[in-house]
Amino acid sequence: MSIVLKGVGRSVNGAAWLSDINLTLEPGGLYVILGRTLAGKTSLLRILAGLDRPSRGEMQDGAENLVGVPVRKRDVAFVYQQFVNYPSFTVYDNIAAPLRRQRLDRAEIDRRVRSVAEIVHIDGFLDRLPQQLSGGQQQRLAIARALAKRAHLLLLDEPLVNLDYKLREELRADLRNIFRDAEHTVVYTTTEPDEALQIGGTTIVLHEGRVLQIGPAAEVHRNPASTTVAEVFSDPPMNIFEGRIEEGLLAFAGLRAPLPFHMQGGPSGPCRLGLPPHRITETAAPGRVQLTGTVTLAEVDGSSTFTHFEAAGGHWVMQRDGIRPKPAGSACTVHLDPADFFLFGTDGMLRTAPGARTRKVA
Amino acid sequence: MVSDANVTSLADAATPRSKARSSGARRHLVGAMLLGLFLTFQMLPIYWLVRMSLMKPADIMASADFLPKAPSFDNYMTIFTDPTWYNTYINSLTYVILNSIISLSVALPAAYAFSRYKFIGDKHVFFWLFTNRMAPPAVFLLPFFQLYSAVGLFDTPFAVALAHCLFNVPLAVWILEGFMSGVPKEIDETAYVDGYSFPRFFITIFLPLIRAGIGVTAFFCFMFSWIELLLARTLTSVEAKPIVVAMTRAVSASGLDWGLLAAAGVLTILPGMAVIWFVRNYIAKGFALGRV
Repeated sequence: MSIVLKGVGRSVNGAAWLSDINLTLEPGGLYVILGRTLAGKTSLLRILAGLDRPSRGEMQDGAENLVGVPVRKRDVAFVYQQFVNYPSFTVYDNIAAPLRRQRLDRAEIDRRVRSVAEIVHIDGFLDRLPQQLSGGQQQRLAIARALAKRAHLLLLDEPLVNLDYKLREELRADLRNIFRDAEHTVVYTTTEPDEALQIGGTTIVLHEGRVLQIGPAAEVHRNPASTTVAEVFSDPPMNIFEGRIEEGLLAFAGLRAPLPFHMQGGPSGPCRLGLPPHRITETAAPGRVQLTGTVTLAEVDGSSTFTHFEAAGGHWVMQRDGIRPKPAGSACTVHLDPADFFLFGTDGMLRTAPGARTRKVA
Repeated sequence: MVSDANVTSLADAATPRSKARSSGARRHLVGAMLLGLFLTFQMLPIYWLVRMSLMKPADIMASADFLPKAPSFDNYMTIFTDPTWYNTYINSLTYVILNSIISLSVALPAAYAFSRYKFIGDKHVFFWLFTNRMAPPAVFLLPFFQLYSAVGLFDTPFAVALAHCLFNVPLAVWILEGFMSGVPKEIDETAYVDGYSFPRFFITIFLPLIRAGIGVTAFFCFMFSWIELLLARTLTSVEAKPIVVAMTRAVSASGLDWGLLAAAGVLTILPGMAVIWFVRNYIAKGFALGRV
């Protein structure tokens, strides 16, 4: 049965945490809720779990109304951002706890505990207490307990955020396999665009308590519905700047360029433009326009460099491979190709994305 | 040349360090002396009590020697064999244990509510609870005496056990709330998600997590009830007379029996010491009301 949310909202002390959420979660689907901190990801997940009650709206599982059904009567499993386990139980008893509540027989519990422990690679530690595990293993244990239950709905609230980089990569790869084999509906929240792309499935972009866009991860990434989605779904955020289409020309940042192919045929007038940071280069090429500015900050993160600079009264970020630090205050010259620009209306809604095979004109 | 320079610099360095060491040792010595002095002042009365408990009344009045003269355990034997003495211990232990059980079983759910739920006036009620500890017990003497006489509880261990709840329940709620708030709320929620009912979660998962807090709370209830004199004296007469009352009333025809009273005093300190031994690692946390 698919879970349907209709006009769900939640307000706490007069502040709207979620407004007008409409979602359909298909059985067996993988959903990634992407949004910044305070976007309402956790609130939405808690409502899905039944830990919180929506202030407004309906929530149904098939024909059954879910609002007001207490959490222990629901068929859900939940993994927290913090590593939440039962500290006084051993690893084995932790995983077995939900199964014992379901009154399964001993042999079945034992079989499930061992198979799940193997999937998340903690089968060597079944006799330990949670405190005797590393952070990564503790989170694996929490995931194991959630998986063992074989709940209809598996909810994971930023499960990797408190782990260090290496463990996160490792566990993310494991999770991808687990989700692929799982027959339950999975909802996963994250703040990281890369994680949303790697986990895949259907991305739900959440911003300030509202759903901005729903679609397959790559699709949403290629065609962000608005400037806000584009900013949320790229790290560092996409460069957004004002522009104007006039008589077959595109004017922006004090420059003029011929109107690129994908923008042709649309209405003239003011517009907003988006350019992903990795699309700004330092090499000139035919079709590219030149922009000069002043470097304000250069960040090096190991394999790439983020150069922040001011140009034409705006703030820009350029992402380049390799380590190329530039002193703050130095001049920089960059090259932009209008063919890479996302075209948004003045209301921030996408008109056309680069590389669109058919011209989409709003 | 180079080695010369090294030698001088080493010598230079050595002098201040050895000076520092000797002044450090002196400071240690002063500290030890001050501590010793303090401990002597603290422990002297207790030693004197032990000394008296081992002597005969006549010797106590006659001698001021540091060591007891002709020590014997006669006083202790009297207490352990005379029912009017040992019954007072049984009475005291009865109401103290009763009180600890009542206080804990009332305070556990209350503390859980304060720690986990928001309700109208929760902060005020929580503070009001604590103000109960600030009221002088003497204020409650008259109503308690009248009330318990009216319902026939006067001179029973229940009367004292219930009266002591007046200050032990608020304290227990405060200490337990501190310990409970140290347990993440997510554990509760995970248990509900996993299908635990509240009672089962509370007993099998939650209580083991705060067992240190329960131990400390039981200790505080035990101690405060054990040492309380005023209410215990007013609410009992003969049947349920507690040891603290017996100690302060033990006047016989021959005057005060110093040795016997001292032995009773020593025996009164012992349970406290035993309980302290069990909770020694958590006692500081208990004094900070579980908020460390």
